[in-house]
Amino acid sequence: MNWQPSASIVNLKKRAVLLKTIRSFFDSKNVMEVDTPAMSQATVTDVHLQSFDTTFVGPGFAGGQTLFLQTSPEFHMKRLLCAGSGAIYQMCKSFRNEESGRYHNPEFTMLEWYQPDYTQLDLVEEVDQLLQLTLHTKPCDITTYQEVFVEYTGLDPLSDTIEAIRQYALSQDLGDFVASERCQDTLLQLIFCFVIEPKIGLKKPIAITNFPASQAALARIDQDDSRVASRFEFYYRGVELANGFHELRDAREQLSRFEEDNMKRKAANLPTQPIDMNLISALEFGLPNCAGVALGVDRLLMLATDSTHINQVISFDVSIC
Amino acid sequence: MATVSTNEFKNGLKLMFDGEPSTIVENETVKPGKGQAFNRVKIRKLISGKVLEKTIKSGETFDVADVLECDLAFLYADGEFWHFMNNETFEQIAAEEKAVGDAVKWLVEQDECIITLFNGNPIIVTPPNFVELEVTETDPGLKGDTAGTGGKPATLSTGAVVRVPLFIQIGETIKVDTRNGEYVSRVSK
Repeated sequence: MNWQPSASIVNLKKRAVLLKTIRSFFDSKNVMEVDTPAMSQATVTDVHLQSFDTTFVGPGFAGGQTLFLQTSPEFHMKRLLCAGSGAIYQMCKSFRNEESGRYHNPEFTMLEWYQPDYTQLDLVEEVDQLLQLTLHTKPCDITTYQEVFVEYTGLDPLSDTIEAIRQYALSQDLGDFVASERCQDTLLQLIFCFVIEPKIGLKKPIAITNFPASQAALARIDQDDSRVASRFEFYYRGVELANGFHELRDAREQLSRFEEDNMKRKAANLPTQPIDMNLISALEFGLPNCAGVALGVDRLLMLATDSTHINQVISFDVSIC
Repeated sequence: MATVSTNEFKNGLKLMFDGEPSTIVENETVKPGKGQAFNRVKIRKLISGKVLEKTIKSGETFDVADVLECDLAFLYADGEFWHFMNNETFEQIAAEEKAVGDAVKWLVEQDECIITLFNGNPIIVTPPNFVELEVTETDPGLKGDTAGTGGKPATLSTGAVVRVPLFIQIGETIKVDTRNGEYVSRVSK
């Protein structure tokens, strides 16, 4: 039997040190550590996230209750924020089905934190502090989604037509499906992944801010430019490291985004997901003005140890767990 | 026809790409945290041998190529076709010159080759890794010479030319590695 860990003991020691460093970073900032459930009766509706589920049978649930493994602790943490927790962080396992590869394991460790009264850029600054502390990097570059597209492709993702974007993708030979792809965001993501990402954040981390509103997820729309959302991502040495939002507080808008996701799921022949009405109720009660971010701890450790595969930094990858 | 999705991609899987049977050489998933996942695959087209890189939307499905590999013994060539036989069922199959390709210089009667069939037709003939062939032409060598010096060219009964040690004489049988076309050893009859 293949009982040996996939990571070396040396890397597991570095992992222990990294977790301790992260905890002391938040301790020093008086951010409270929380521990929310890994399972939930509802889950994300995002078309591109597939959750695991299981069935609870027990007292009060004789007929069986579907429970979903969390793709991130976001919904539970937001309920804590609505309940008045103040600044919180969590390091926990998150679960995503259908994801496995060099940078993906279906079960992985996520660091997620929320800071009341922070803006998108305040949180970019704090993520950068953590990267400087753990990876000894120089201060990060900050640029917008639009600027980085213009610089590397000449495209303007906010005003160019889907046909112009398609023509560019065709000129770069980015796949046969490009010719018939009807989703502008898919084309933009394709260009971002294969043309832009390999060229950015090579010497120091880069934060890409103001993603298109159509890729807002749970971010609020920018007050001054409704074409963009207050959403950012960090990239460093080819790794997508963190995704953050100035959090959407409008319960009605959040609900309609979830419903829209489910419609897209239907159109794509994917199962629709139960909407987290507990989260919607909490938002109705009131989410403090805050920004939040999720960062892949395994990927952070990959960068800190110069590892080429996520298996080298987790104790037992999915093939041997 | 059976189909597979990108989740089932693995090296060696044979699929139809652009209407041609192809095999997957490399497969990597690229998945943004928020957004569409893609597969970056390297494929080799079985007929042309061309290696291409392709980007695919994860979740797309492809037809499985009806490709079968079987061990068949080489019987004879009739000038147009090369004939092979399954030693168990005695079923015979004829391969065209295009399918035989470079393997032609390593075909020895009764040797078992791997024949790749696509929709039942032979498209690739892979000779055994090692074949034994008689030397039909080579310069007279020096007695007592051992392998390791430069060697000399020798023509074999099938027309293949390989470098052999100087002591190899016309009429001797040698063992050759067909994967790199190199001399392995002298075969004593």
